[in-house]
Amino acid sequence: MTPALTHDQKLDLYYFMQLNRQLEDRLVRLFRQNKIVGGVYSSLGQEAVSVGTSYALEPRDWLAPMIRNIGALLVKGFKPRDIFTQHMAKFTSPTHGKDGTSHFGDLKVRHVVSPISMLGDLIPVMTGVAMAGRYLGQNIVAMTWIGDGGTSTGAFHEGLNLAAQQRAPFVLIVENNQWAYSTPVARQVPIKNLADRAAAYGIASKIVDGNNVVAVYETTKTAVDECRAGRGPILIEVKTMRMKGHAQHDPAEYVPKAMFDYWKAQDPIARYESYLTEHNLWDPKKKSEIDARIEHELDADQKFAEESPLPPAETAEQGVYCEGCHTIEAEWRRPKQDVMPPASSEVAVWKVADFGAFVKTQEVATQHGNRPGHAPRHEPVLSAEKKESISGDEVAGPTGKNQPATGDVAAQVPLRVPFGRGPKDRSVELERRDKVAERPPRHNKPPHKRRRR
Amino acid sequence: MPEITMLEAIRQALFEEMDRDPAVVAIGEDIGVYGGAFKATEGLLARFGHERVIETPISETAIVGAACGMSYLGLRPVAEMQFIDFIACCFNQVTNFVAKSHYRCGAPVPMVLRGPSGGGVHGGPFHSANPEMYFVHTPGLKVVYPSTAYDAKGLLKSAIRDNNPVLFFEHKFLYRRIKEEVPAGDYTVPIGKAVVRRQGSDLTIVSYAAMAHVALEAAATLAKDGIEADVIDLRTLLPLDSETILASVKNTNRLLIVHEDTRTGGIAGEIAAIVCESAFEHLDAPIARVTALDTPVPYSPPLEERFLPNAEKVVAAARELAKY
Repeated sequence: MTPALTHDQKLDLYYFMQLNRQLEDRLVRLFRQNKIVGGVYSSLGQEAVSVGTSYALEPRDWLAPMIRNIGALLVKGFKPRDIFTQHMAKFTSPTHGKDGTSHFGDLKVRHVVSPISMLGDLIPVMTGVAMAGRYLGQNIVAMTWIGDGGTSTGAFHEGLNLAAQQRAPFVLIVENNQWAYSTPVARQVPIKNLADRAAAYGIASKIVDGNNVVAVYETTKTAVDECRAGRGPILIEVKTMRMKGHAQHDPAEYVPKAMFDYWKAQDPIARYESYLTEHNLWDPKKKSEIDARIEHELDADQKFAEESPLPPAETAEQGVYCEGCHTIEAEWRRPKQDVMPPASSEVAVWKVADFGAFVKTQEVATQHGNRPGHAPRHEPVLSAEKKESISGDEVAGPTGKNQPATGDVAAQVPLRVPFGRGPKDRSVELERRDKVAERPPRHNKPPHKRRRR
Repeated sequence: MPEITMLEAIRQALFEEMDRDPAVVAIGEDIGVYGGAFKATEGLLARFGHERVIETPISETAIVGAACGMSYLGLRPVAEMQFIDFIACCFNQVTNFVAKSHYRCGAPVPMVLRGPSGGGVHGGPFHSANPEMYFVHTPGLKVVYPSTAYDAKGLLKSAIRDNNPVLFFEHKFLYRRIKEEVPAGDYTVPIGKAVVRRQGSDLTIVSYAAMAHVALEAAATLAKDGIEADVIDLRTLLPLDSETILASVKNTNRLLIVHEDTRTGGIAGEIAAIVCESAFEHLDAPIARVTALDTPVPYSPPLEERFLPNAEKVVAAARELAKY
């Protein structure tokens, strides 16, 4: 059971979300004034994800943000000036102008790994962080985010599989904002819930309303605690919506207006303000106090960034290699003798159990209709069964723009057939019948509690 | 002091470093119970256990990514590519994540990525490659390619103790074919220093890895004709020891570069450029190179023989140079 948030913590969540939003709002203005060197990747509408997930971590824990997780960097203790200077390519930025946006970190104090633009790569890296933390006895959890689009990369698969195989204390937040640049999620993957991917790795997963910061926090906190207890990696799909284009240059005209309207009404900060008011957790005076504090901080840090110099050109040549500038020392929280011989020595043989189980597996596969010769499905067929659903499923239909705003998508939209198997094809009918009649039994235990083979 | 193979020297380096420092861990495919495809990690698991000898799924990207993440917490992982050809599978992790980490955000990556490379063993297009130049072209990495058992052991120890990511190429043709006496105690060979294997005043032959042996063989033949070659073994390709090369060329006035890598974009071109920039007036002859063909590594023995440089090809090129 997750301990309830204290009153101060609840106000903290508001502070970080609002700081996140106001900071990005200023970045957009600076961009229009031509003061930003590169792009601005807005997380408007996704603040509850960055803040709610990272708030569940402890200072010793590690995270690696994605481009839209500025909120997580703020929670981890970075200041708005770090974000301003990064975007403005100033010498005072954490990377001294070598990299921009949220691409910075701090290994020593804040335990933040700097992301790169290639999606999915952080998953194996943070798996390694989690493995090393466990090896050193630090009892840490490592967390990173991946967008709906990034779940299709090879690195996602390799990384998550390794994390699962190692039972690493690793939490992966799948931040489903429904758009990978201009492509809707239903055109990227043939499944309704990205959380379903977890089953293939034998790890636990959860789905949460990404515009409800308390739900995001509580779900993540439980996952982090389970992870820390040694129950292996957990995937959390957070359903939200990217309210701007991919970056400032992109007006996002490909997003149906109804979809924006729907999600605008789900704004995470507006929802949380109502929550705080309804629960008598603040009054207008407290709100204006916090807002004024944010304004003050941003004024000061923006001024600092604008007045900061650009880096001296000759620093371009510096820092490719560590030439004694870093002292690399692991922080041991367990006796080193544990991992040295003779304690570490073991008999190097495999133990293989249940090697006769394959026959049984084949029978199961046949029973559920995975017969050879069935063509793969090319379009998502949304199950009639109403899964644990959160707001917004209705809008994110497979056909995007022309999608009606409400109703069961599967019932209204005929299957589109790019490769020759029409809805009248007998195999489609057979498959549907098999699916309904012989649905495999749902596991009522999470994977880490099932009997291991 | 018994003679040991290059493979044994590498294995010893791993054992000794893991014994010396609990922050050193090994990660790779089949490196534990099986002991690695070439047995370079044989016995590691029995001595250091599963926590330090991490057997992974077939996931090169995950191996390099995880090693990078582990190094962020101060560990010194030694990752193995079962064959170095498979480094192509994790090219992005190596060149974008690992190599750029220190420059762009001040996060050093003290890891080693090692694996068997090179041809001459009829491995075909996917088990014979020399992909070193992709990485020599990547600032932030160090690239080491030893040719002797002594150097392999000393350089691997240096690589593990280095604060930067080091790619350590092990020529599989040399694994069991060369033997030498290696001192029993702890020693290292510095990264970034070439060595002059043979002294001569008529021409300089620059080479590395298996081709260093070919160059020496050719030099012995040339000596019979009265042509004395200075033979330089680079040992490290990045950073390149241009001082040793330039000093030799200023003495011999002729330069021949031999490598097993393909011709276009091979390190011969880079060395030729450096010599032209810094020692042009010392040259008496055009710079020559003997390299593999610009093709994938072919499988069938006569094809591979045609593909690879050998002592005869080196001797012929050297005689041409000696005419000037």
